[in-house]
Amino acid sequence: MATRVGDILTRVPGRLTLDGTAKEAIETARNRIAFGGAVFALAFTVIVVRLFDVTVFQEPREAQPPRVAQTQRPEMERADIVDRNGALLATSLVQASLYANPRQVLDPAETAAKLAQTLPGINERDLAQRLAGERSFVWVRRNLTPRQQDAVIRLGLPGVHFQREERRVYPHGELTGHIVGFTDIDKNGLMGAEQAFDESLKSRNEPVQLSIDIRAQHVLREEVAAAMKEFGAIGGAAMLMDVETGEMHAMVSLPDFDPNVRAEASPENRFNRLTLGTYEPGSAFKTFTAAMTLDYGTGNIGTAYDATRPISISRFRIDDYKPQRRVMNMSEVFMHSSNIGSVRMAESVGRDRQREFLRRVGLLQAPQFELPEIGGPQFPAQWREINMMTISFGHGISVSPLALAASTSAIVNGGIYRAPTILRRTPGERVAGERVISQRTSEQMRRLMRLVVDKGTAKSANVPGYLVGGKTGTAEKIVNGAYKKDARISSFVGAFPMNSPKFLVYMMLDEPKGNKSTYGYATAGWVVAPSIQRIVQRIAALYGIEPVDETAPTVRDQVFVNVAVR
Amino acid sequence: MNPGFARADNSLIARWWWTIDRWTLAALLLLVAIGAIMTMAATPPVAEKLGLDPFHFVRRHFSLLPVAVAIMLGVSLLDLSGVRRLAAAVLVISVALLAATFLVGAEIKGARRWINLPGFSLQPSEFVKPSFAVICAWLFALQRRRTGTPGDLIALLVYGIVVGLLLLQPDIGMALVVSVIWGAQYFLSGLRILWIFLIGGGGVFAFAGAYFVFPHVQSRINRFLDPQSGDTYQVARSMEAFTNGGLAGRGPGEGRVKTHLPDAHSDFIFAVAGEEFGLIACLIIVVLFGFVVLRGFARLLSENNLFALLATAGLLVQFGVQALINMGSTLHILPTKGMTLPFISYGGSSLLALALGMGFMLALTRKRYGPGEGA
Repeated sequence: MATRVGDILTRVPGRLTLDGTAKEAIETARNRIAFGGAVFALAFTVIVVRLFDVTVFQEPREAQPPRVAQTQRPEMERADIVDRNGALLATSLVQASLYANPRQVLDPAETAAKLAQTLPGINERDLAQRLAGERSFVWVRRNLTPRQQDAVIRLGLPGVHFQREERRVYPHGELTGHIVGFTDIDKNGLMGAEQAFDESLKSRNEPVQLSIDIRAQHVLREEVAAAMKEFGAIGGAAMLMDVETGEMHAMVSLPDFDPNVRAEASPENRFNRLTLGTYEPGSAFKTFTAAMTLDYGTGNIGTAYDATRPISISRFRIDDYKPQRRVMNMSEVFMHSSNIGSVRMAESVGRDRQREFLRRVGLLQAPQFELPEIGGPQFPAQWREINMMTISFGHGISVSPLALAASTSAIVNGGIYRAPTILRRTPGERVAGERVISQRTSEQMRRLMRLVVDKGTAKSANVPGYLVGGKTGTAEKIVNGAYKKDARISSFVGAFPMNSPKFLVYMMLDEPKGNKSTYGYATAGWVVAPSIQRIVQRIAALYGIEPVDETAPTVRDQVFVNVAVR
Repeated sequence: MNPGFARADNSLIARWWWTIDRWTLAALLLLVAIGAIMTMAATPPVAEKLGLDPFHFVRRHFSLLPVAVAIMLGVSLLDLSGVRRLAAAVLVISVALLAATFLVGAEIKGARRWINLPGFSLQPSEFVKPSFAVICAWLFALQRRRTGTPGDLIALLVYGIVVGLLLLQPDIGMALVVSVIWGAQYFLSGLRILWIFLIGGGGVFAFAGAYFVFPHVQSRINRFLDPQSGDTYQVARSMEAFTNGGLAGRGPGEGRVKTHLPDAHSDFIFAVAGEEFGLIACLIIVVLFGFVVLRGFARLLSENNLFALLATAGLLVQFGVQALINMGSTLHILPTKGMTLPFISYGGSSLLALALGMGFMLALTRKRYGPGEGA
């Protein structure tokens, strides 16, 4: 109503004009004040709601990770290779190479003199001559250190320039030489992982992660080198493999080479005994003979085999290394590594089934493996009776240690064959494999292999609490088609802990010589088994594998074999 | 509380006591007290970072507090014409000083806003805001009296001069506040709805259009509004502070955000409050601001003097908008803008100018009988 009054009043000129106009304006202002107040009330409400939102309805971030400067990975032509824990095995370093453009060089003599003073090993006169020439590009020195580059920059010479270059560097040198391999000058992989993963190293700017553990690699290399030295062996090799995933944790082949200075490496040093070399496995092959007998059901642990006499077939004579001349059951045959007993087992299975079995466990073809240096097995094309017999104790067939390890791994891990790999698997990943023997056979084989270390030929490989099990093998080397006396390959292939194997461990020595401490013996039980003991001890500590109580009934039950020891 | 003044006492102080809005006065004094606490909490790390004695800012703030309170209370004693005269004087002087910054001003962070006096540096633009609000209110009211004075036109002229100077400094935040004050007063004094929509809508549309259509305008505005940082570092830290503070805060002195943000003592003091004293303290602060503004608006509903109404509204708008923009940008609902939180943030000029402004406001809202003096 006030507005109406105001309207009326405004019509009256003079006396009421001031007041009336003000009143009308006041009314409008008051109405709009209410609007303004509402806007402010709304705005303050929004602030209050937002306050509740950010203080109460959001998770507190107490442990805010520290801000890390985001450093862009430098674009490299070739990605890194790292071990399973991320340790650098191969990387590219950016380096500067120094060149000169003689047309821009003002004083060749002075330039050469200064450069020669700064960079040792430069022929001053030769450089001065080249700088005085007519060409527009002269290399002065490749791959300068940053310090040298800085020194050259400080010289302030006109006409000298730097070219960015990448250089492949292998921080662990010979320790991973065979595994990582190397590249050529144009950075094409020529060997090992560098060749195997060449494409992805070139195309992806993220590292290739290997399954290798550089610490385990170091342990194995040290032990092989020590054993080689002790027994005067010309070579040696060892590997550590996860029996559940097929991952290779360590692969050592000696002699080895430093990929940083590969030009100095002889072919002998570059030779990877584990993957490319093939050797007669000798008695280590009896594992498969026993497994095959058990798996085909033609014998069991208690089955008796007549080993009273050597076997004569055509012009060959098969005898035992330490003849017992008695009837032995399977576990005794395995424990004493009887050739005669093994032949009897193979005879029970038969020639064709033996070949079929070996093919099934992956020994008659080259194993699938990423590294390009792979050696395939050698075995007789005509699988005769005599071949069946010699192969039963590991002669007349050659396989690579890698293949032997992969197949033995299937024997102990419950019967599943998995291709060995050099690439790291995702933890917890179930790796598909192929069943090659039954659970039951595998379980029996674990008992037999444990027996060999517990009471048989490899007693010195025993580590209390770690239930090492395995099989030794000592084979005479074939040189120029004939067996060479006193030149042996002594090896051990086994796993631990035998009640539930985690790792397969393999080691071999090439031409070990017996010494006083071994009473002149150079067989695997003497020269390799002690190294296995130390390797298992160190690896168990390194990986934090807890010892098992060997006297616990459940554990005894898992590995016990009733056998009389003489 | 017994004031000790009899209702019949007609002395200046007694009249003041019975006519002043004591609730608002109490809220303002409470804000000043909270500001004193927050200054102690937030400034030591900033002072240390600047290589000063840790309590440098605390001492300065505390030495200015009595001055500020005295200004506020002293100004609130004035009657309407006293307010107008003081405001006119302050406006003339501060606009002159504002112009002088271009000649003798100290350049801080890329803008000339400060005049160095011995032992004190003055930011004239802070003093422009309250005096501008009062003078424009007077001019708008004058036009409505139909005395033939072109009040609106003069107000527009004053606005043009002030905003022009602020934009030249450049001080976009201040220019925005002054524009909002002026716009709000024009709106209250009866601007036609159509014009409101035309001007407001047109401005928003032009601004938004330029912002979204041209990427260079967008980036320029972003950088313009946020000169200290090209990224969201400050706001992210601020949000973290609130979250870590939670309901009750980490406790006095336990905050971290103040060591990370260069403006923790001024633009981001609300985040320091949130981290150390929690949601409850923040709510108290918001409620106090809301109380002052909304109570002021409510009281204006029964105001009979157009000049007093417009001036009070302008001062409240300045106070409220400044608080809202500061809290809003600290809470990441508005773009970051350098604006102090009234009475809470550290800042000498800001504190004194706000005391002046609130003094005006208290004086204008004192109970008067009748429409008050005219002219």
